[in-house]
Amino acid sequence: MTKQAANWSPYDNNGGSCVAIAGADYCVIAADTRMSTGYSILSRDYSKICKLADKSLMASSGFQADVKALQKFLAARHLTYQHQHNKQMSCPAMAQLLSNTLYYKRFFPYYSFNVLGGLDNEGKGCVYTYDAVGSYERVGYGCQGSGSTLIMPFLDNQLKSPSPLLLPAQDAVTPLSESEAVDLVKTCFASATERDIYTGDRLEIVVLNADGIHRQYMELRKD
Amino acid sequence: MKLDLSGFESTPPLFGASDGLSHGFPTAPSFDLPITGDFDGFQKEAVQMVKPAKGTTTLAFIFKEGVMVAADSRASMGGYISSQSVKKIIEINPYMLGTMAGGAADCQFWHRNLGIKCRLHELANKRRISVTGASKLLANILYSYRGMGLSVGTMIAGWDETGPGLYYVDSEGGRLKGTRFSVGSGSPYAYGVLDSGYRFDMSVEEAAELARRSIYHATFRDGASVYYVGPNGWKKMSGDDVGELHYHYYPVMPSTVEQEMGEVSGA
Repeated sequence: MTKQAANWSPYDNNGGSCVAIAGADYCVIAADTRMSTGYSILSRDYSKICKLADKSLMASSGFQADVKALQKFLAARHLTYQHQHNKQMSCPAMAQLLSNTLYYKRFFPYYSFNVLGGLDNEGKGCVYTYDAVGSYERVGYGCQGSGSTLIMPFLDNQLKSPSPLLLPAQDAVTPLSESEAVDLVKTCFASATERDIYTGDRLEIVVLNADGIHRQYMELRKD
Repeated sequence: MKLDLSGFESTPPLFGASDGLSHGFPTAPSFDLPITGDFDGFQKEAVQMVKPAKGTTTLAFIFKEGVMVAADSRASMGGYISSQSVKKIIEINPYMLGTMAGGAADCQFWHRNLGIKCRLHELANKRRISVTGASKLLANILYSYRGMGLSVGTMIAGWDETGPGLYYVDSEGGRLKGTRFSVGSGSPYAYGVLDSGYRFDMSVEEAAELARRSIYHATFRDGASVYYVGPNGWKKMSGDDVGELHYHYYPVMPSTVEQEMGEVSGA
């Protein structure tokens, strides 16, 4: 009997892009709101950004069913943490929890490409970037998803931050102001929308700073 | 969604160990496996989809003063460079380091797990674990996942009661004790520089410079980190941008032709 390849895959790719930028005292997390499958659009108004804790937001692209399951799991673990420790999880703690959660499905991965943004314990912006099985590092800015190969070189050009590995250590956060960072994000997505069919419709931008969370939207091309 | 938190415990269950032989041995976390007729094919496809970050040069060597460990910082997924600033030297505990080559997530997770086990050993035995012991713990865990697609090529470097120790451990289950190792796709180039410049009785600064040079010659335009492990634990010696290192080793000299042209235009 000849070996047959599986003709059903448990995974699908719903497309989309996400970006996060860390500033001196703020963090910007943005994602488009288009959800697609193959060449069809499932929704023009689907949020990929989820608030995991007071100071942590996660934006994920990839297979949204896995993303939803991951968000639910992390929300449940955060609730347990709050019951046990009587406080919210910090962003670095949430970052490690996400990494472990992804790795525990190493042999049947969450098809979820995540970028975690928030404020660390000192109030500085922090962004963590992940691969699908949980390897992570803290960076000054990150992007994932179908438009990431288009957006990342642009961010490298505009924001090239010194590597966190350099000694003496230099600050990885961008010197840009909050409004400049938001404008930069809008520019990124406007360009990515032109060339990536899976990115478009609307851009959701969330800014996290000492005053709290502020959400805004921008229209993108719908074709 | 039912939460299965058993994987988060690193000690074996107190009651109901399934067979007497495995009772008392620390077990690795339990993982969800896909229900499929073709596990290998599925894993091959999952690896393609996941495309773990790799493409590396790491090296470590023992010399008179201790162990020197150095690594680059590039991570690639297929042909795309996913990061220029990956931390490939993992701090297991204050006197032991591990290097990362192969799958980034595999190395990060299992080194973190090893750090936990080393700490538990310290608490249970009131003394630090030896480098031999730590590398054996890791090698045994990786051996039990042999054939399942983990990709780990790591060196465990540390200083214990017997002095400096260096072991190479990989996901095929191999474990080698040695004095000089380089792991990764850039290792042939690093070996060339390392082997030609190595002397047992170097000073710490000379050894750091040899390590830095070896990484530099194997990489280009990403980062090079150098760590030193001595009797008091590890210390980060330097973290440089290899692009800058290039101009440090080969400074730009204005050539005579340019100087002459400058004079002509001034006349």
